[in-house]
Amino acid sequence: MAHVVFLSHLLAVTDGEAELDVPARNVRELLAALEQRFPDAGEELRRSAIAIDGLICHDAFLETLGPDSEVYFMPQIAGG
Amino acid sequence: MNKIQVITSINHEEVEFLCEPQETLLDVLRDTLGRTGTKEGCATGDCGACSVLVDDRLVCSCLVLAAETGGREITTIEGIATEEGLHPIQQKFLDHAALQCGVCTPGLIIATKSLLDRHPDPDETTIRYWLAGNLCRCTGYDKIVRAVQDVARDLAGPA
Amino acid sequence: MSESIDYKLVGTSPVRPDGVDKVTGRAQYGADLNLPNQIHGKVLRSPHAHARIKRIDTSRATAMPGVYAVITGEDFPPPPEHGDVGGEAGGSIGDHARNIMARDKALYHGHAVAAVAARSLRIADEALAAIEVEYEVLEPVLDLDAAMAPGAPLLDENCFTKNLPEKSDKPSNIAEVMLLSRGDVDKGFEEADVIVEGEYRIPMAHQGYIEPHACIANTNEAGQSTVWCCTQAHFDFRAITAKVLNMNVADLKFIASEIGGGFGGKTVVYLEPLAVLLSRKARRPVKMKMTREEVFRATGPTSGTHCKIKVGAKKDGTLTAATAWMAYEAGAYAGAPMGPGALTVFVPYHLENFKVEGYEVLVNKPKVGAYRAPGAPQSMHAMESAIDDLARELNMDPLDLRLKNAAEEGTRASYGPKFPVIGLKECLRAAKAHPNYTRALPEGAGRGVAVGFWFNFGLQSSAEVHVNENGTVTVVEGNPDIGGSRASMCIMAAETLGVPYESVRTLIGDTESTGFSNSTGGSRTTFATGMAVVRACEDIIAQCRARAAVTWGIDEDQVLWVDGQAIPASGVNDELKPLSLADIAENAAKTGGPLLSRASLTAKGAGPSFSVNIADLQVDRDTGKIDVLAFTAIQDAGRAIHKAYVEGQLQGGAAQGLGWALNEEYIYNADGIMENAGFLDYRMPVASDLPMIDTQIVEVPNPRHPYGVRGVGETPIVAPLAAAANAVRDAIGIRIHDLPLSPPRVLAALDAAAD
Ligand code: FES
Ligand code: FES
Repeated sequence: MAHVVFLSHLLAVTDGEAELDVPARNVRELLAALEQRFPDAGEELRRSAIAIDGLICHDAFLETLGPDSEVYFMPQIAGG
Repeated sequence: MNKIQVITSINHEEVEFLCEPQETLLDVLRDTLGRTGTKEGCATGDCGACSVLVDDRLVCSCLVLAAETGGREITTIEGIATEEGLHPIQQKFLDHAALQCGVCTPGLIIATKSLLDRHPDPDETTIRYWLAGNLCRCTGYDKIVRAVQDVARDLAGPA
Repeated sequence: MSESIDYKLVGTSPVRPDGVDKVTGRAQYGADLNLPNQIHGKVLRSPHAHARIKRIDTSRATAMPGVYAVITGEDFPPPPEHGDVGGEAGGSIGDHARNIMARDKALYHGHAVAAVAARSLRIADEALAAIEVEYEVLEPVLDLDAAMAPGAPLLDENCFTKNLPEKSDKPSNIAEVMLLSRGDVDKGFEEADVIVEGEYRIPMAHQGYIEPHACIANTNEAGQSTVWCCTQAHFDFRAITAKVLNMNVADLKFIASEIGGGFGGKTVVYLEPLAVLLSRKARRPVKMKMTREEVFRATGPTSGTHCKIKVGAKKDGTLTAATAWMAYEAGAYAGAPMGPGALTVFVPYHLENFKVEGYEVLVNKPKVGAYRAPGAPQSMHAMESAIDDLARELNMDPLDLRLKNAAEEGTRASYGPKFPVIGLKECLRAAKAHPNYTRALPEGAGRGVAVGFWFNFGLQSSAEVHVNENGTVTVVEGNPDIGGSRASMCIMAAETLGVPYESVRTLIGDTESTGFSNSTGGSRTTFATGMAVVRACEDIIAQCRARAAVTWGIDEDQVLWVDGQAIPASGVNDELKPLSLADIAENAAKTGGPLLSRASLTAKGAGPSFSVNIADLQVDRDTGKIDVLAFTAIQDAGRAIHKAYVEGQLQGGAAQGLGWALNEEYIYNADGIMENAGFLDYRMPVASDLPMIDTQIVEVPNPRHPYGVRGVGETPIVAPLAAAANAVRDAIGIRIHDLPLSPPRVLAALDAAAD
């Protein structure tokens, strides 16, 4: 089970839903579950950076999620 | 366009080239003679990346017309090291990590040489004002100034 | 502060392996390569800030002797409709394509509208003058207020604000909105004993790298092209060029030259697709280089911004609530770093109640590009100024106020997740204990402090390690070396293998000779590419143990690797003589062939890096001129691999930040033409403007990197803006909200206060 939080850049594609719990053992399963739930969100979700328990990952996919994992979907951040 | 023939000396070697009247020494060094160690940052005399010595005077080569350099002695970055190896300024720049990207470095080394030729024992303010014509965007100048101080200390020899 | 680990090389400052070529003029930068038969490309740029392109007639230019090719937007495939340019430069591929060459509209003064290739630069210039462009001049939109006002002229009739709670069907110059909130702001402000507010404006500023953009493209009759250019990201450049020209990536080879500074600005593609196309048409190598003026007018500076901040605190300094409103200029196309600005504005603090509202706004100025810690300096300048005001109101030491509210491991960051281990408190304590913080100030001077931050990040990196026949080591990786990263790679490889630094060399491979790596940017190279190098070296060690085992005829697990040699586990054949890397390499033919390994990865778990800066400034009350008396940069590097280059990042970032705070700005006239497009008038710090910049490297290791690296390049530019503004506030008793703190602005503030 992952606790998922969307920052505001995603709310337009998640019908305003900002937080939810999703049963998933890894990010791949999580993305699949979210895409099923929010059919418009696929591209935006895959484009987002994901913070899993505080660690920001770009291109997250295979990361495992613990039973109490907290997953934040954030805008991609780069740098100079 | 009619080209002008120029005979001059670069790093103690006689060099002959043809240039158009409006061409700068920087253009000729880089494009005609393939001496690309001298860099171009602005071509308007504002960055010092193109610094060379003409008869021991520190100049921005982008502000000097190539046609006017006949019979001069021009020193570029390619002429600073000797058969014995790197010039002490070059070595100290390396030792002090005084370059990051390094594109300002040839100009700064030339400017430093000109400084130390005139003021072998400069204080920090003199160093900073002498090098004020050479922009460096990477280092904040700290390590450059320290490298110059260190060369000067070595030149002064053991106290 | 840091656990002490006995490293032999990590944390030292050896001379960089590419150093001699850089101090002797041998190193080849972007404009230093010339190819036989090459011709010269030049760009025709829009003389208007906002105009519809009605017609371009290139016939006269094309017919000129010595002109080999002329291109306009028509020569390009239609801009791709989908896809983004990675976070680096921001924005969609389609917009990048339009930015590289205008199609129906020119959106800023300097926007490329055509290009030519000719035998000489002089002929190229004459050809540009012979191109006729008919424009319908439109009213330019030049600042945030004007662009956001209802009824403002639109840059893009198809721009609908993204991320609005209600989808908008009216086009707007506001490209994107970002909202962040937590807790109950109203309640938080009710609980506050003191509230401060401020409104801050900062104009566009440029990265100011000394080397202008340059490239050479050589395209053959099969359409394959080799491009040599100065870039922070030759693999990303290849990808973008391929998309913009609708080419096969495999037909493009990108070779990164040495690079004369970038700071984010050379993650953006401008010239390369033009050169490829010109070279295809001309069937000759085409060399292109920008003038300094073009760099200012037509490459991406960072956003001009407008921020409003309100912060409340209890008497004891506990922050109770904060709000921020911010607008970032994107320039001509979306892709401003408003997101990171919004995510970082409150990042140093533990805050229960806050609200952030961010707007990204199109204006008729160049499309902004990444610049060190993109977006953070502007928003954090506002917050760190407000915190300084708050400290005064509360009569508290500004570092104590920050310490009281500072985020630490487990704090929920203002951007959402909980922080992993971070070093903010360590930096604040280091600042408090630093002698420069308590040293007496001369009469009339002021001292300011501020906090800086950057996320840092990972992305993809590859590295190969070859052991040569004499035991020396060649590392090949794909990240252009802007500030000494070859030396850092050599240190990490040598430390891991247990060999001398001098026996390792690092090469930067081109796109055909090494594996993919994302850009040198975002402070990721030492972290992510370093991780790949270390992993490849560990593989070499495993191979060496296997080779030693077969050499000795013992089991592999009975071979240890200690100090650069294979030794038998104790008690096992003690008489066996250790085998060094050189011994194993020499015998490699008999034990399985050359030793090489590679690693490729997507690096995860980059460590955020906080900083604290202390600025001492003196204000001349007659002229308004500011002198920097002292500056101290303290930053958590996780661990410094090459100490002197880490210090150099701190010092260089401080100088850039001070330039931005004190003098640098894009000045536009009413027609949208930049009035100071040269180093004389865009005044960056020179040696005589600055003192020595003291540094203190704090090391709170990042547990996710084999040597604890966090990445250091971005953070240093963030804190100087507010540190300088706070020092001026301290010196003259007046809060000047806007930057830069140039003499006229300071003088005006002094005069206003005197009236
Ligand atoms: S190139 Fe000559 S001073 Fe800049
Ligand atoms: S080292 Fe890059 S400009 Fe000086």
